[in-house]
Amino acid sequence: MVDFFHQNLSYFLSGISVGGQYALIAIGYTMVYGILRLINFAHGDVFMCAGLIMVYLSASLPFAISIPLVIAITAVLGFVIERVAYRPLRSAPRMSVMISAIGVSYLLQNAALYFTGGLAKVYPEIGFLSRSVDIWGATTRMVTIVTPFVTVALVLILTFLIRHTKIGMAMRAVSRDFETSQLMGIKINRVISITFVIGSLLAAVASLLYFTNYASVTPTSGSMPGLKAFVAAVFGGIGSIPGAVIGAFIIGICENIIKGGASIFGIPGSGWTTFSDAFTFAFLIIVLIVKPTGLFGEKSVDKV
Amino acid sequence: MLKVRNLSSGYGNVQIIWDASFEVRDGEVVAILGSNGAGKTTLVRTVTGMIHPKSGSIDFDGDELCGKPSRYILDKGIVQVPEGRQLFTEMTVYENLEMGAFSKEAKAKLQESLEFVYKWFPKLKERKSQAAGTLSGGEQQMVAVGRALIGLPKLLILDEPSLGLAPNIVDDILSVAHSMAKEQGLSVILVEQDITKALAMSDRGYVVENGRIALEGTAEELGKNEHVKKAYLGI
Repeated sequence: MVDFFHQNLSYFLSGISVGGQYALIAIGYTMVYGILRLINFAHGDVFMCAGLIMVYLSASLPFAISIPLVIAITAVLGFVIERVAYRPLRSAPRMSVMISAIGVSYLLQNAALYFTGGLAKVYPEIGFLSRSVDIWGATTRMVTIVTPFVTVALVLILTFLIRHTKIGMAMRAVSRDFETSQLMGIKINRVISITFVIGSLLAAVASLLYFTNYASVTPTSGSMPGLKAFVAAVFGGIGSIPGAVIGAFIIGICENIIKGGASIFGIPGSGWTTFSDAFTFAFLIIVLIVKPTGLFGEKSVDKV
Repeated sequence: MLKVRNLSSGYGNVQIIWDASFEVRDGEVVAILGSNGAGKTTLVRTVTGMIHPKSGSIDFDGDELCGKPSRYILDKGIVQVPEGRQLFTEMTVYENLEMGAFSKEAKAKLQESLEFVYKWFPKLKERKSQAAGTLSGGEQQMVAVGRALIGLPKLLILDEPSLGLAPNIVDDILSVAHSMAKEQGLSVILVEQDITKALAMSDRGYVVENGRIALEGTAEELGKNEHVKKAYLGI
């Protein structure tokens, strides 16, 4: 058993790492859904934009400045998207807002295409994160080790924010009931803006970790991780933050176990990696059939 | 303290309230009566800024509230206990009460207000760490009233406090509202379908029919009014 674990350690490690990155993206999906009942399709592209912004900024600025700047600009991007594309549709049917979200998604992808000229941009090597390390015989990058810790720390901070601060309380109230929250004097638009800012902020951190592993950013780089983070959020029970985090780790780990299929399951074959994405989505379908509300999802009670 | 003049409002293109005028004086309990669908809730929701009025004026201690956002109106001291209580059921009683303190002023006086609420509703103190959804209907109504009191109201609006409660519990809640008005100088608007109970606890009343104020008078006058007797009391 220990031997088995030892031999395939690199798969498990990268699973945990990718899981942490998905988790940071998934929180953005799940929080926005919790409050607006909106699937923010543009979220994966916000993540991609954070990657591109980093590419451009780091070309002329040291990391000590460019990293905080990337996080700040992405937060502003999230704020602006909500302000421009979702707020005017506040009283429109949910479907309209969703279509607006799809529109923003394509807008960001096309804007990225325009700026990059369609070329894959090489992601900068962030010295500390890109360094290789040996753990128990497996060689990996520092980012793999750092990611789960960063994720857990951010999730703890977020949980504290939501449980114990006034704005967190307002968020919980708004996610329950718009109207009563308004009666309590909560400024709903402000709460929604803050939700988008937090989601984008976490997506920016995720992009730093994710692209350090993948080395390049293209205009569609956000789609796959975005989609998988979304699957993770649904798997965990959309609207629930712990659900999204746990779902993301499970999906990240499973995906990498599949990639390592040939050695892990002892069944030779070269197609394992190809099928890892298919696995993720098949997994989602099964989860939705067995437990439609996800792992930690609330029973769907229609708002009266 | 509150003077509403020629108020019209509704949802979208559907006008519900037509030219309604009424007033509430300091320390007074005013009943707004009427049957289901008469427009009572729409009327008070317009006063609290949840619905924007089409025309008319809402004067509150010299401030014009017509068209102001609900937060502004709340800060001025008009606090509504919504119909059906609308508690945050999975949060604790304490958290629900805390939810009433979103304005700076209310936040600063939270401890004091909590003591005040616990004095009127001692049960809430016992149950403060229990999830609000696990309370009985009457206790939930107490939480809803308590939450509104934490917001430091000058005018408290109770929208159908009797909804889904046993008659003796309704009496309790209404008499607390009544004594608070008399002892603390709080003004209360009581929106009710249960006309007998409402009139017994209020000083004056307005009867709403089809979105218009059909009748007004002291509680006593309304109780004796032939139309009220026939249409609402079944006598």
